[in-house]
Amino acid sequence: MTDATLAAPAVQILAERRRFRVVRKLAAHRSFKIGLVLVVALVLCAIIGPWLTGIDPTTMSIRYRFKPPSARFPFGSDQYGRDILTRVLYGGRLSLSIGFSVALISGIVGTLIGVTAGYFRALDPYIMRLMDALMAFPAILLAIGIGAALGAQASSIVVALAVAYVPRTARIVRASVLVIREMEYLQAARVSGAGDLHIIVKHVLPNCLGPLIVQLTFIFAYAILAEAALSFLGIGPPPPAPSWGNIIAEGRDYSVEAWWVMLFPGLAVSLAALGMNLLGDGLRDVLDPRLKIEN
Amino acid sequence: MFRTISVRLIQSIPVLLLVAVLSFILMHLLPGDPAVVIAGADATPAAVERIRRELGLDLPIWQQLLSWFLNLGQGKFGSSLVLNQTVLSAVAERLPVTMSLAALSLAITLPIGIALGVLAAYFRGRWIDATVMAIALVGVSVPSFWIAILSVILFSVTLGWVPSAGYAPLLTAGPGAWFASLIQPATVLSLFQIGFLARMTRSAMLDVLDQDFIRTARAKGVSEWRTVGKHGFRNALVAVVTVGGIILSLLIGGSVIVEQVFALPGIGRLVVQGILARDYPLIQGTMLLFGFAFVLINIGVDIVYTLVDPRVRYD
Repeated sequence: MTDATLAAPAVQILAERRRFRVVRKLAAHRSFKIGLVLVVALVLCAIIGPWLTGIDPTTMSIRYRFKPPSARFPFGSDQYGRDILTRVLYGGRLSLSIGFSVALISGIVGTLIGVTAGYFRALDPYIMRLMDALMAFPAILLAIGIGAALGAQASSIVVALAVAYVPRTARIVRASVLVIREMEYLQAARVSGAGDLHIIVKHVLPNCLGPLIVQLTFIFAYAILAEAALSFLGIGPPPPAPSWGNIIAEGRDYSVEAWWVMLFPGLAVSLAALGMNLLGDGLRDVLDPRLKIEN
Repeated sequence: MFRTISVRLIQSIPVLLLVAVLSFILMHLLPGDPAVVIAGADATPAAVERIRRELGLDLPIWQQLLSWFLNLGQGKFGSSLVLNQTVLSAVAERLPVTMSLAALSLAITLPIGIALGVLAAYFRGRWIDATVMAIALVGVSVPSFWIAILSVILFSVTLGWVPSAGYAPLLTAGPGAWFASLIQPATVLSLFQIGFLARMTRSAMLDVLDQDFIRTARAKGVSEWRTVGKHGFRNALVAVVTVGGIILSLLIGGSVIVEQVFALPGIGRLVVQGILARDYPLIQGTMLLFGFAFVLINIGVDIVYTLVDPRVRYD
C-alpha cells in the first residue's frame, strides 16, 4: 500500500514531463508551427470574418454583377453581384465544420470499431472483413453514392465521408491495439483483476491516441477536399448558402470571364488542406515517428 | 507462387461477397423508384406497377438479393435503365478511356514521384529537400478539379495547346490526338499521387539510408551512385510497393472527378451519371466492378510484394 501511494505522484510527474516534452517538440517543429498558424488563421476568419465585411453572403445586386477584385469587392463579385470575400468567409464556416465533423465522427466510430476488433479477437475477422469490403470502394465513389442517397445537404456529406473514412481509422486503431494488448503492463492490469472496460479506457485508449490524432488530422484535410469535390459534382450543400465547394462549382461556368469567382474559394480549400497536412506531418513526427502516411 | 496466388484468392472470397452485398444495399438506400425511372414521369400507376413486377421489385428484399446473386453467378450484372445496354457492355465500352487515363497518369506519377522522393531523402534537410517536400505537400492539398479548371484556362483557352475536353480514341483518331486529349487530364490527376508517392518514397529512403549496410557500403568505397541506387533504393522499393494499392485506389477515385471536368466518357463519369440519373442496376453493377477490381489489384500488389521482398509470405 505504501508502495502504491509513493508511486502515484512519481508516475504523474513522469506523465506530465512526457506531455511537456511533446508540447516542446511540437513548438520546435517548423511545419507544425506553419500549419497551426494557417489553420488558426482560417478558423478565426471563418468565425469573426463575416462580421468584419458586414455584408450578407446571399444579397444579390444586378448592378454589381461580375465585378473584378477591387476595393469594394476585394475578391470580386459573382453572377448575382454577391461579394465573393463574404461568401468565402461564410463558406469557411460550413466547409471547416464539415471537415471537423467528419474527423470527429470517423474518430469516434473508428475507435469503437477498431478497439472492439483489436481487443475482442473473436470478433476481429468479421469486423475487419466488413471494413475491407467498405474500403474496396474508392472513398469518393462511396461518398458520391451515399451523398446521392441521403440528398444534397451538409449533413449527408458528413455521413457519406464518415462512412468512407471510418474503415481507415478503425484499421489504424486496431493495429495499435494489437500491439498494446501484448504489452506487459496490460497483463499486469489483467492479473490485478482489472475488467475489460477499465483496461480499455485506462490503458488501451490513451496509448493508441497518437496514431489516431495523426490520422484524424489527415482525414480533416481529405474531408475538406472531398466536400469541395462533391459540391462540384452537385452532391454538396445546396446553394445559396455558400460552401467553398459550391462557390467553385457555381463559378465554373464563368471561369474564363470571371476567374476570381472560383479562384479564391479554391485557394481557401488549398490553404486549409495544406494547413491540416502540415499539422499532421508535425504531429506524426512527434507522436509517432514510425507511422506511415495512410490513405 | 501458384500457392500464394490461390491462397490470396480464396482469402478474398468473403470480402468479394461483402462487396456485392454492400453494392446491393447502397442501391436500395437510394431514394426513388426504379420502376418510375423506367416508366417515365407520365406513366400511369398501373404501368409502373407492371414494370415493378417485371423487375421483381415487388418481392421481399432478401429474395431480390438472392436473385441478384444467382444472376451474378451466371455472369449477369444487369442492364442499365437509361442507356439501353447491359452494365457489362456499358463498362466495356468506357473501359479503354479510363484505362488510358490511368496508364498515362501512372506513367507520369511513378518516375516523378519516386525521383522526387529519392532526391529529397538524399539531400535531407537541405534546400532541395525543402523544395521537393513543399511541392509534394501542395500536390496533396490542392483540389484536383479546381487545378483542372485553372489548367484549362491557361493551356486550352489562353495558349490553345491542348483540347479542353473530350476523348480521342487511340485506334480511330491516332496516337497524336489520343495523347493530346489525355495529357492534360492525366497530369492533373497525377498531382495528388506524385505528392503522396514522393512523401512515401522519401520516408522509406530515409529509413534505409540510416541502416548500417549503407554506412558499410560507403566505408568500403562503393560509389555513391551504387550505394544509393542499388543498396538504398532497392530496399526502399519494398516500402514503395506496399503503397501501390493505395496509389491505384487514389487513381481510380481521382479519375471519377477528372473525367467529369474534362468530359471524358470513362467509367467514373458513367457511375456519376448513373447516380444522378438514378440508374439503379448501373450503379450497383459498376460499384461492384470497382470493388472487385480493387480487391484484385490488392492481390496483385501483395504478389509483387512477395517478389520484391522474399521474406514476405502469405500462408
